Amino acid sequence: MVEFVLPKNSRVKTGKHHAAADGAKKKRRFKIYRYDPDSGENPRTDTYEIDMGACGPMVLDALIKIKNEVDATLTFRRSCREGICGSCAMNIDGTNTLACIKPVEEVKGDEVKIYPLPHMSVIKDLVPDMTHFYAQYASIEPWLKADSPAPANSERLQSPEDRAKLDGLYECILCACCSTSCPSYWWNSDRYLGPAILLQAYRWLVDSRDEAKGDRLDMLEDPFRVYRCHTIMNCARTCPKGLNPAKAIAEIKKMMVLRR
Amino acid sequence: MKPSKAKAGGQAARPMSPHLQVYRPQLTSVLSIFHRLTGVFLASGAAMLCWWLLAAAAGPDYYADAMWFLTSWVGYALLFAWTFSLFYHLCNGVRHLFWDVGMGLSMRATYASGALMVGAAMGLTGLSWAIGLAVYFS
Repeated sequence: MVEFVLPKNSRVKTGKHHAAADGAKKKRRFKIYRYDPDSGENPRTDTYEIDMGACGPMVLDALIKIKNEVDATLTFRRSCREGICGSCAMNIDGTNTLACIKPVEEVKGDEVKIYPLPHMSVIKDLVPDMTHFYAQYASIEPWLKADSPAPANSERLQSPEDRAKLDGLYECILCACCSTSCPSYWWNSDRYLGPAILLQAYRWLVDSRDEAKGDRLDMLEDPFRVYRCHTIMNCARTCPKGLNPAKAIAEIKKMMVLRR
Repeated sequence: MKPSKAKAGGQAARPMSPHLQVYRPQLTSVLSIFHRLTGVFLASGAAMLCWWLLAAAAGPDYYADAMWFLTSWVGYALLFAWTFSLFYHLCNGVRHLFWDVGMGLSMRATYASGALMVGAAMGLTGLSWAIGLAVYFS
């Protein structure tokens, strides 16, 4: 449902300020969303001044520096630090991206604003609850389905042309940047699958080895699961891997029409 | 120690992360919400058009009243806004038709077609008003 303002318990207050140590040469200010589930207080934004002269180039480097040197309570997910695991997806400078591949220098203005992925249930600080997102992923049954037996002496083979159809799809790391940038997903995530899951659904629909295309389209044929996509295109605009979920959704809609 | 405000079971209701409050407006989302807004506004324009036709059918006195309003500053402003909304909704509708057949969905094409669409809507609005005013005052 469309709700423009945040619920009372979610309104963000102004929190603490942590000044940089004396002698910092390249100071940069980070304004970071904080929520402590144990206090029961509303979320707040703390600001941290960091000496970029003694910090790596990426936003994730700054977050780790803050956690190590300034405030150990700052909580965020991270793992691979090279844009392949999707853990550090968050809202940086107003758009969703991966903190590990977002250079601090790309952020204009004097403040780097960091929030969790938008319109999500927050567990702590920059850590959103991904349970529903993963359940939606499971609902499209993201595995190869085939009734015909595999060839006795080889894998199920694909022509180079068929394999090429998966380019731009298999690279998706399910970081949820696109889905949580989508206003339609904000208002209808209970029933709309959102760009990330639909791109994954399309990945199986175009796989030449998959034999469940009809069943997959039946499952998606619903006023909400696919058709809440209004081609806003925030998804393709924000994807940190440069993929285009909007295009995948358009192709699903075309498949629905063409099979009639 | 201060008693925690957290509910029994140790967990307060989780907050919802900010969305509209923090997400940067960009061409993709702004043109989309204007498509919705112009659509809603055009529905009120359709009501106005019906009212104008009813006034014309009801006789010269009613029609004169309608024209008094429509040629006032407020009337002109509304008519101008409706004209622009019509062309905006029309041109963006054509853009959506291309998207629906799977064309022009790259980011480059989306930004180019967005700029083109706004330009076309403004151009068509200006042209319509130039023709309309020329005819009305001739």
